Amino acid sequence: MDENKQNKAVKKHSLWTNLLLITIVIVLAIVPLVIAKDAEFGGADDKAKDAIIEIDSSYEPWISLIWEPPSGEVASLLFALQAALGSGILFYGIGYMKGRSKREEKN
Amino acid sequence: MKKDKAFLILSLTLVLVSQPKSAYGMHIMEGFLPPIWSISWGLIALPFVIHGLYSLRKTIDEAPKLKLLIAMSGAFAFLLSALKIPSVTGSCSHPTGTGLGAVLFGPTIMSVLGLIVLLFQALLLGHGGLTTLGANTFSMAVVGPFVAYAVYIIIRKANGPQWLGVFLAAALGNLSTYMTTSIQLALAFPAEAGGFIASLTKFMSIFALTQIPLSISEGILTVLVIKSIASYANAELPSLKRLIKEA
Repeated sequence: MDENKQNKAVKKHSLWTNLLLITIVIVLAIVPLVIAKDAEFGGADDKAKDAIIEIDSSYEPWISLIWEPPSGEVASLLFALQAALGSGILFYGIGYMKGRSKREEKN
Repeated sequence: MKKDKAFLILSLTLVLVSQPKSAYGMHIMEGFLPPIWSISWGLIALPFVIHGLYSLRKTIDEAPKLKLLIAMSGAFAFLLSALKIPSVTGSCSHPTGTGLGAVLFGPTIMSVLGLIVLLFQALLLGHGGLTTLGANTFSMAVVGPFVAYAVYIIIRKANGPQWLGVFLAAALGNLSTYMTTSIQLALAFPAEAGGFIASLTKFMSIFALTQIPLSISEGILTVLVIKSIASYANAELPSLKRLIKEA
């Protein structure tokens, strides 16, 4: 019984640690939005071009992308799809292993 | 205490005002590396990818159970590199997610998985490019994972806790990726006045601050995933020589 209680305490502690860690990640993403209110928050891609052209104003890209998403909407769809696929596989794995270890504990 | 806070706010404001609004922090775009550099970086990255393919095969042959964790490592990189997160410089960049797989399986397996992520983004998202694939693979899928792996090994050898090793590995792997990108751009575009160093300073100063909060986030997220793996992957842990069980 004692061991059980201890296990529960460890798990609770770990839950709070995880929540705290996730909060830090969220805060790190929100703080910039607050302190750099007037910034554009654009993707850095276009701005890199400016830096290169500043250094070498005669540079012309010698090749362009074979396909580009036709609009920001389509691009965001594909980015969301990428994130969804990634987290789908990742959390399937974590869930699978957690279920398996629970079953092992019972036996 | 109040003085400290005021100082912090003041210095942050100064940093923001003095920084250019633009920031570079992503993969090199299609057409933005001259052909000679495209080919060179491709050739440099290639042996790591080939080694990764062999290493992948060997790992799966020796412990077929690890397939799930390998898929999860790739999925983690897939997920994180889709997240463009705002940063203090007023622009967005994304983490790489390569530290997890590097710690679990060694660096070159991530060269293969990172290449797949980059290929997906170049073909479907218009992010990065095919001619810059070699350079981007070298920064994100070779240098990042190697730095992450080395950092983890050093911390563990010094008896540092596992979470600290993982955190620093992922965070420094992320930073080193973007430093490599800066070096690659500076090599291809040395400034007329000041040459390589001047260009390097320019590219570094533009992205470094952007990437610091992101690397902290990447470190934390990697620790969270490793924590779950270290608590639940009982069947796989014996085959993962570098990871110890956590409660």
